[in-house]
Amino acid sequence: MTLTLIFEQLLNGVQFGMMLFLMSAGLTLVFGVMGLINLAHGVLYMVGAFACAIVAGITGSFWLGLLASLIAAAMAGALVEVGVIRRLYKRDHLDQVLATYALILIFSEGTRWLFGSFPLYLDVPEFLSQPVKLFGLLDYSSYRLFIIVVGVAVAVGLYVLIAKTRLGMRIRAGESDREMIAALGVDIRTLYTLVFALGAALAGLAGALLGAVQSVEVGMGDSVLILAFVVIVIGGIGSIKGAFIGALLVGVVDTMGRFLLPYILGLILSPEAATNIGGALSSVAIYILMAVILIVKPKGLVNGAGS
Amino acid sequence: MTEHILKIDNLVKKFGELKATDNLSLTLKPGEIHAVIGPNGAGKSTLIKQICGELAPDSGRIEFLNRDITHLGVAARANLGLGRTFQISSLIMEYSALRNVMLAVQALQGSSYHFFKSIAKDQLLRDIAMQYIVQVGLENRANVCAAQLSHGERRQLEMAVVLALKPKAFLLDEPMAGMGPEGSAKLTQFLDTLRHQAPILLVEHDMDAVFSLADRISVLVYGKIIMTGSVEQVRNDPLVREAYLGEE
Amino acid sequence: MGREAEMHSLNKEQILNIVILVLLVVLPCLALAIDEPFYITLLTKVVILALAGVGLNLALGLGGLISFGHAAFFGIGGYVAGILASHVLNDELLFSIFGMDVSGSTNMLFIWFIAILISGLFAALIGYFSLRTKGVYFIMLTLAFAQMIYYFAISWPTYGGEDGLSIYVRNGFLGLNTLDPIVFFAICSSLLLACLYLVHIVQNSHFGAALQASRQNEQRLAAVGIKPFGIQLTAFIISAMITALAGALFADLNRFVSPDMLSWHTSGEIMIFVILGGVGRLFGPVVGAALFILFEYYLGGVTEHWALFLGVVLLAVVLFARGGIVGLLAGELKHD
Repeated sequence: MTLTLIFEQLLNGVQFGMMLFLMSAGLTLVFGVMGLINLAHGVLYMVGAFACAIVAGITGSFWLGLLASLIAAAMAGALVEVGVIRRLYKRDHLDQVLATYALILIFSEGTRWLFGSFPLYLDVPEFLSQPVKLFGLLDYSSYRLFIIVVGVAVAVGLYVLIAKTRLGMRIRAGESDREMIAALGVDIRTLYTLVFALGAALAGLAGALLGAVQSVEVGMGDSVLILAFVVIVIGGIGSIKGAFIGALLVGVVDTMGRFLLPYILGLILSPEAATNIGGALSSVAIYILMAVILIVKPKGLVNGAGS
Repeated sequence: MTEHILKIDNLVKKFGELKATDNLSLTLKPGEIHAVIGPNGAGKSTLIKQICGELAPDSGRIEFLNRDITHLGVAARANLGLGRTFQISSLIMEYSALRNVMLAVQALQGSSYHFFKSIAKDQLLRDIAMQYIVQVGLENRANVCAAQLSHGERRQLEMAVVLALKPKAFLLDEPMAGMGPEGSAKLTQFLDTLRHQAPILLVEHDMDAVFSLADRISVLVYGKIIMTGSVEQVRNDPLVREAYLGEE
Repeated sequence: MGREAEMHSLNKEQILNIVILVLLVVLPCLALAIDEPFYITLLTKVVILALAGVGLNLALGLGGLISFGHAAFFGIGGYVAGILASHVLNDELLFSIFGMDVSGSTNMLFIWFIAILISGLFAALIGYFSLRTKGVYFIMLTLAFAQMIYYFAISWPTYGGEDGLSIYVRNGFLGLNTLDPIVFFAICSSLLLACLYLVHIVQNSHFGAALQASRQNEQRLAAVGIKPFGIQLTAFIISAMITALAGALFADLNRFVSPDMLSWHTSGEIMIFVILGGVGRLFGPVVGAALFILFEYYLGGVTEHWALFLGVVLLAVVLFARGGIVGLLAGELKHD
């Protein structure tokens, strides 16, 4: 247990958090602007990963793969929005949950049909495969640093988009009063498709980035999806700022929890008990965090739009 | 002796910097109709929400039948006898008019945790509920579901539901809203007799109804009651004219 | 007015329900006649999954409570059955308390009782916290609690952890030969019918009236003096108990308890039974579960990608046939 180790795990937590932010930003935007719960978000993550893996495999370039992931996920998102999601805006939450769950089934099984059950290869690009020396102390994966940088860049970009552009203005207006902006003549349909596609692109990006360190396979989006929901609920639904804070919180708590809890418990309990209880506790740490936050602040940390 | 059925002392509610309720005090005496009037944005709906328990005040005290109800929830206050109607009819849409009233009767009976007592076979419940349906004149539409009732019929149903609660005080939120002159006249007559059953705190915009019904009128402007008095007093008060009637 | 309704002939939904009941009796007899016990086991699976759906339907269909964590109760029921049975098989005590030894059990009635008790306690806890929130927050909290239990079960090695828990025996019921498929089917379907009857009674009771009112307009319910929270919590607990009962039966059927019983995919599946059949319809979950098994076994025999078609059907039902199969066949639900 050294300070370096703790710092490394902290960075890992931040990196995890950044990736979660990419997933959650789209999710919270869609809920905030359109009032829609979208369980199919995890599938768009998968689409991005697959697109990246396939294009990178063909062209040999990770960067082209990343570009492909953005385009493929955005397109998939737009298609899904126009085809299915559009019909759900006026429906109640149950219908939205079920319809988007159905989309998970369709996309997951469809992908399995097209590409089989075996994971695809996606490697970290040559440029980022060497570790970098941080503060002269720690050798840290430059790829992970890259993810952190991307996450921050996206956060800044989203801030600029929402706060400083006309599109952002319409998005903010849409969040406060959907009926009003329609009455003001804003093309709602296109706006919604754009917002959805933007969220999808971010999810796809997350998928591609994570795909290089984990496996690219069907169902990879499932666990991330749940985490993303935890993040936006903690942060406050509809708030990008909340998603950022929530994502960092979840990322750090989860990573540090898995690392620290067994260690701390090992100081008081037997090693076997420590591993078992520590392991179990760290898996549920973020859910406990979410439950506690919701009980204290029922609309999340940054007062969310809620339902 | 109970001097006041409802007593509100120094109620304050702020939304950010906006004082929606600004040190408001108000009473409701037995047998009276006390009307609350005020221009739009005066804070009438915020006041109602605090009285019936939907919104908690920042400070102040609400007493009902000599009991402090400031921290009680909506259902608890209803159980104590505070009967409220809604400005925009709030009904159980899939249920018939009769079933809506039956729900209120069931609530009064306190039988909502009876798992084995069938609604269909509870003739007594139906009969009691039917009385109120007849009282408001909806007997021909008793079995029509609320979603299919006209606006006026829904207002009648709202009234039937609150009557079924046999409340100790009525809190009526713009009961005349959306009613034509004939409907308003009928309702005015009805409310006139209702005061003998229980006092009424009447929040209204319809000045004809207010002036013909009210024993006392309180004028609410920007969250404050600028005056409370008889119909004549309010009619002739210059402040009131300026703030409210003058704007018409 | 109530008397007039009784004199009318059966409405479409009641006819449908009777047809389903008849099928539930006839089909296993047919399978017995052609000596294909596999089909009886399949029907048993339908019945058990239907029971899980009946539980959810009480909270979801009648109460409007979108619980995405009902797998928690399904799994709790399963693990109760598994743990109690495994302690008997391993001849171990469960625990000692106040000098009394508590051992396991392979008696179904006792297992069901414990499953209902434990799930009820969990539901009271989960419901108490979750019902303070609304909308998507409620959905997420129920999901979160279920996830907690899921991850806990995976990490706890004593009862199998990730690999699950095998039950090397079929639990006993009043000395009957419970290994005989038709006997076990009879037990399960009797429970299903009993619970269907219970839900039917509750639906038409004073409590049911308050519950269905709370689904439609909580504000109105409170305004007449009925606190929605208490009604919803009670419904949530009863709903959990029924689903847990199904879980215990499921564990017995497979003689195996898998932590997957606790996963959110299972929560989603139980929801599918309810939706396909028709939300809030009494026999909806039975129809939905039957359809699901039909897809899994028959379409599954044709293509391993049957889940895709299930997804398409589910999507179609949600978008175009909101009332599910029962809605399509028997029309909209009418309150008297």
